[in-house]
Amino acid sequence: MDRFRMHILICGGTGCKASEADGVKAALRLSIEKNGMSREAQVVTTGCFGFCEQGPIVKVYPDNVFYVHVTEKDADLIVKEHVVKGRPVESLMFHDANDGASISEHRSMPFYQSQVRIALRNCGIIDPEKIDDYIALDGYQALAKVLTEMTPEETTKEIIDSGLRGRGGAGFPTGVKWETTRKAQDDKKYVVCNADEGDPGAFMDRSILEGDPHSVLEAMAIAGYAIGANEGVIYIRAEYPLAVERLNIAISQAEEYGLLGEDILGTGFSFKIRLNLGAGAFVCGEETALLNSIQGTRGEPRVKPPFPAQKGLWDKPTVINNVETYANVCPIINNGAEWFRKTGTDKCPGTKVFALAGKINNVGLVEVPMGIKLSDIVYKIGGGIRNAKKFKSLQTGGPSGGCISTENLDIEITYETLQSVGSMMGSGGMIVMDEDDCMVNIAKYYLDFTLEESCGKCTPCRVGNTRLYEMLDDITKGRGKMEYLDELEQLGEVIKDCSLCGLGQTAPNPVLSTLKYFRDEYEEHILHKRCPAKACKDLLRFFVIPEKCIGCTLCARNCPVSCISGDRKVVHEIDQSRCIKCGECFEKCPKEAIARE
Amino acid sequence: MSKIKSLDELKKIREEAKNSTSLRTTGENPDRVVIKVGMATCGIAAGARVVMGALIDEIARLQLENVSVMATGCVGMCYAEPIVEVHTPGRGVIRYGNVSEKLARDIIEKHIVAGELLEDVIVGREA
Ligand SMILES: Cc1cc2nc3c(=O)[nH]c(=O)nc-3n(C[C@H](O)[C@H](O)[C@H](O)COP(=O)(O)O)c2cc1C
Ligand code: SF4
Ligand code: SF4
Repeated sequence: MDRFRMHILICGGTGCKASEADGVKAALRLSIEKNGMSREAQVVTTGCFGFCEQGPIVKVYPDNVFYVHVTEKDADLIVKEHVVKGRPVESLMFHDANDGASISEHRSMPFYQSQVRIALRNCGIIDPEKIDDYIALDGYQALAKVLTEMTPEETTKEIIDSGLRGRGGAGFPTGVKWETTRKAQDDKKYVVCNADEGDPGAFMDRSILEGDPHSVLEAMAIAGYAIGANEGVIYIRAEYPLAVERLNIAISQAEEYGLLGEDILGTGFSFKIRLNLGAGAFVCGEETALLNSIQGTRGEPRVKPPFPAQKGLWDKPTVINNVETYANVCPIINNGAEWFRKTGTDKCPGTKVFALAGKINNVGLVEVPMGIKLSDIVYKIGGGIRNAKKFKSLQTGGPSGGCISTENLDIEITYETLQSVGSMMGSGGMIVMDEDDCMVNIAKYYLDFTLEESCGKCTPCRVGNTRLYEMLDDITKGRGKMEYLDELEQLGEVIKDCSLCGLGQTAPNPVLSTLKYFRDEYEEHILHKRCPAKACKDLLRFFVIPEKCIGCTLCARNCPVSCISGDRKVVHEIDQSRCIKCGECFEKCPKEAIARE
Repeated sequence: MSKIKSLDELKKIREEAKNSTSLRTTGENPDRVVIKVGMATCGIAAGARVVMGALIDEIARLQLENVSVMATGCVGMCYAEPIVEVHTPGRGVIRYGNVSEKLARDIIEKHIVAGELLEDVIVGREA
């Protein structure tokens, strides 16, 4: 029998597809054929490896060599050297930013060293379009186990005992939710998966669905067995076409094998899953708005209670969980609650996936144990701040979260600690900001987002947030007043108290947290009409430093509104009244003779 | 694809599917044994391809989960090719020379499985 002696894995996630992984894949296949290796080496597409910064990424097994920034032109080199002659290509390996040394195996890279992979266990190892790959790594064993060895009560208890909490943001104990739904008496129940993931910059759930769709399907079937439901719905945004495609493939493969559908494994249990495409409104990620949207009505949140566990989809008892929450279920069933509790903290067992972005060296998807220090994520995994700039703030929780300052960087991540410093876990966005980011401007950016996404049902959210935005806008444009600061705080608290859903209840968080930790920046804007980060354009002024100017005319020629005057070899001058503050002259001046203030 | 009707059938499919993924899962195991076959021009001319095929075949037959087979370059002992090196974590390297297809199978059965070195054909050791 023919057996491949090498597997060449290439990331097929959206991040790497965007960085031309498809072309690399074709080039690798072609080169393997040309070099007569078709029977020895196989190219496999997988999900995201997480280190998106370095994409497209190619991994070669069994050597476990990790190549970064691979282009079509490199394919031949990898095949001729590594595949044919067994000589890994050093120039394509990851190079340590500090000492320049090449690192061949991913587990030796700082980026991967503090990571623990439970939810992402199969991402980057299996081919998400092959159910056999998933089965080989114990796929559908957990479903088989609960169906043949455990009662619904025992299944639910295992999840309760594991201490798994919702990864969609609020951290509600998953087992307790299942238990309530299991106990609810009704002829029909539902299992829903929240795959709306609307936070700007977040792509944790998308990566799981793209890289390991069966893990979510299997977990939903387990939830169905536990609560007594035989229908599941995945609510996923239509803007995730690759995830939708992979889910559709996975569902049809599972149905063909009889692992979804009627009488699964001859046990009499039936479970079906269908997709529901969302139009991409942030508020539809809120569970009750999501249920309304599935029912075809306006995506507006409902009043709770009753909770979905009592009256959910079509008013029937419903379990609704986030994608990542489901991705943790099968390992818990397979390995037991005790095993799961070995990772993370007592109150927050397990791991959390974060999408690390912003001014950080290693951008990507990371899965870390709960309780890890924020500073470890920023400096060890993330490799510190880009371009040796100074760290200013870490934003977690997206538009609902806050900005964490240096003094709180040593807290250990849990739902509670993040809340205690004015932020929240959210779904896992993590954006690093440096000295060039203006905190007033950042707060304004998030508020702009929530304003746009508010459904408009509650006055505090619809009008209150608009007022907050207007005040922030004034401040960034030099029209702010000191009274605004108290007003922002008071109004923010009122909005939090009086809004119906989580969107309104958390919308002021970015403002309140920056006010608390970066109040001096607000005051600087108001009192001195100065933006310390030099990010608020309206407060900036560009001018020529006469001693440094050599009169080269470059700035004048590049100014888009021609507001710079001066003859050759004569000191130039900027007409402030016409300057649009584009910064062109600042960038172009060879003598650093233009100052920005 | 036909329907899987029982847990036993699912387990059977898992065992078959493992053949294709074990290359990757073993590669992820830091404690695995690595067998390297010299696959430079000298090695290939002396028959390294057949040797490699036999090693991989034998490992699959015995369902060994912690052994990877890889190609490596010329170690400068072209006269002794095909060369097979066994790298065991913490126990250094044993290098076998003039390895035939039969000897390759012996290396797996004796050295890897039973832990007995094939002293007669060792051409080098590294700590
Ligand atoms: C405005 C808003 C947006 C939300 N967006 C999402 C989302 O995109 N994905 C998600 O899983 N949960 C989202 N949630 C949380 C859900 O309401 C709900 O708590 C979650 O789906 C429950 O699943 P879990 O317990 O597994 O986390 C959002 C909540 C609010 C208030
Ligand atoms: S808080 Fe905002 S988003 Fe939520 S229901 Fe009220 S208006 Fe709609
Ligand atoms: S580019 Fe700089 S040096 Fe040249 S004229 Fe303008 S300010 Fe002077």
